[in-house]
Amino acid sequence: MSKRSYVEEALSDWMRGNGPDSDVVISSRIRIARNLSGHPFPLLATTQQANDVMEQLTSVAESGKLNEHGQFETIKLSQLSELERRVLVEKHLISPNLANESRSGAVMLSENEAVSIMVNEEDHLRIQCLYPGFQVKEAWGLANRIDDIFEEVTDYAFDERRGYLTSCPTNVGTGIRSSVMMHLPGLVLTQQINRILSAVTQVGLAVRGIYGEGSEALGNLFQISNQITLGQSEGEIIENLHGVARQIIEHERAARQRLLDESRVRLEDRVFRSYGILSNAMIMDTKEASQRLSDVRLGIDLGLIRDVSPQVMNEMMVLTQPGFLQQVFREKMTPEQRDIRRAELIRNQLQRKTDHGGV
Amino acid sequence: MLCQECEKKPATLHFTKIVNGEKTEFHICESCARERGEGIPGTSNGFSIHSLLSGLMDFEPAGGVNTIGAKPQQQLRCDNCGLTYTQFSKMGRFGCSNCYTQFGSKLDPILKRVHGNTTHVGKIPKRTGVQIQIKREIEELRRELHQRIEQEEFENAAQIRDRIRELERNIADV
Repeated sequence: MSKRSYVEEALSDWMRGNGPDSDVVISSRIRIARNLSGHPFPLLATTQQANDVMEQLTSVAESGKLNEHGQFETIKLSQLSELERRVLVEKHLISPNLANESRSGAVMLSENEAVSIMVNEEDHLRIQCLYPGFQVKEAWGLANRIDDIFEEVTDYAFDERRGYLTSCPTNVGTGIRSSVMMHLPGLVLTQQINRILSAVTQVGLAVRGIYGEGSEALGNLFQISNQITLGQSEGEIIENLHGVARQIIEHERAARQRLLDESRVRLEDRVFRSYGILSNAMIMDTKEASQRLSDVRLGIDLGLIRDVSPQVMNEMMVLTQPGFLQQVFREKMTPEQRDIRRAELIRNQLQRKTDHGGV
Repeated sequence: MLCQECEKKPATLHFTKIVNGEKTEFHICESCARERGEGIPGTSNGFSIHSLLSGLMDFEPAGGVNTIGAKPQQQLRCDNCGLTYTQFSKMGRFGCSNCYTQFGSKLDPILKRVHGNTTHVGKIPKRTGVQIQIKREIEELRRELHQRIEQEEFENAAQIRDRIRELERNIADV
C-alpha cells in the first residue's frame, strides 16, 4: 500500500459500517499519548531534536516489530501536500494538529487504516486505534499492545506519582483518550439531546463535533470521550465511557422507535425529502449535505430506505469534505465550485448505490 | 435568556468565571462569542482547552505561592528546557517532562481542578517501571496484611509478611 492509496481511497475500515451497534455508533477510537524521557516536547524541540525523536520512533515500524498488527507504512508529513494532509485529517487518520507539523511530523499507518501512530504531534508519540462500530474495549486492547511494543525499545517519560508525562496537563496520567462517534438524530429530533449531553459532561466525559476539539457537531454526529486521564485506571476510564455510551445507544434507539410510532409520516417525509434532495440537487454546502446525509442514514437504519447501504453514507460523510472533494476531482476549487461538485458526487454515488451492496 | 452583548439572540453560552472568590457570569449567543474572538468549545474558531487551562492557572490558591517569602512566580523556570512558569501558564503546555518536577509545588491544584485527582493509578511501563510495580504490589499486600491481622488470620498474615520482605529485598537489589 502506498501513500497514494491512503490519500485517494475514501474507504477506511471504520467507514464500512459493519461494526457492532453500528446503527448508532459510527466508530470507536483510542488514543494514547507518550513522550520519550530526556527529550524536550515537540512544542519546544529544535528541528534536530524533533528529527531525532522521529528517527527513533519510526525505526520501530521499520524494524518490523509492529508486524503482528498489520503492514505499516511510514509517511513523513513533509512528503505530503497541504491538500493530502487535509484528506488524512478528514479520514481521521491524523489530527489537524499533526497536519500543521510539516517540519518533523510523521505518521505510521497500518494497511487497513485501523492504526495510526503519530510522531511529533503535541506529544512525541500518539498511538491511535480506530474501529468501526462500538468496540472501545477492542480498540483499547490493540492500542495497549502497540504501546507495549514501543515501550520495549524506548524510555518513556514516566513518573511514579503523575504517570505518563504529557505536553498538556489534560493528558497526564494514563495519557489515554477513548472516544465513540455517535449518530444521534433521534435524540436531536425529540429534543432530548441537550439534557443527555449535559448529563454526560457531569460524569467526566466530554462531547465534541466529529473532527475533534474545536469543530462543529455536523450531521447529528457527536464524539463522546473521557476528560479525566489522572486518578483513574485505563480500565475504569474505558468502562465509564462504555457504560455511558451503552445508555446513550439505548436512548437513541428508543427515541427512533418513538418517532416511528408517534410521527411516522413526518419522519418518512423528512427522510425521503432529504433523499430526494440529495439525489437531485445541483448545489450542496457541507452543512446541508451533513444534515441530509444524516436523515438518509436514519432512514436506512430504520428500514425506511432499503436500497442504499449504510456504508455509502459513511463514505459520503468523508468524501464530501472540502479536502477530499478537491482530491477526487483533482482541482483546486472555490467554495461555490465545491458545493456544485459535492452535489454532483452525491448524485452519482446514490445512483451507483447498488454497486455498494445495497439491497 | 437573551444574549447580554447583542440583546437580540438567545444566549446559548453560559460561562461562570471565578477569580479570587469573585464570581462573574456570562450569557452570550454564539455569534457574539465568535465576534469577541472567544469562540466556544465544539465550534470552528475554538475557545481552546489551552486557553481554558491558562484561565485556571492564573488563579492562585489562598496561602499558596504568593505568600510572603515565596519565590515570585516569574522566576520559576525549568532548568532543563528553560520554560518559565509564566510561559507555561500562558500556553497551558509543558516544555519537557522535567517541567513536572520543576513546577511540582504548583501542579497539584491545577491537576486537581482538571482531573479531580493528582495521582496516577493506571498502567506502569513494563520494562522501566519494574520497581514501581513492586512498590505497588507491596502497598497492596500491606493493606491485605492489616486486614488479615484484624480478622486474626495470623497464619495468612505471616505468609503475606514474608512475601512483603521478599519484595522489599528485590527492590533493594534492582
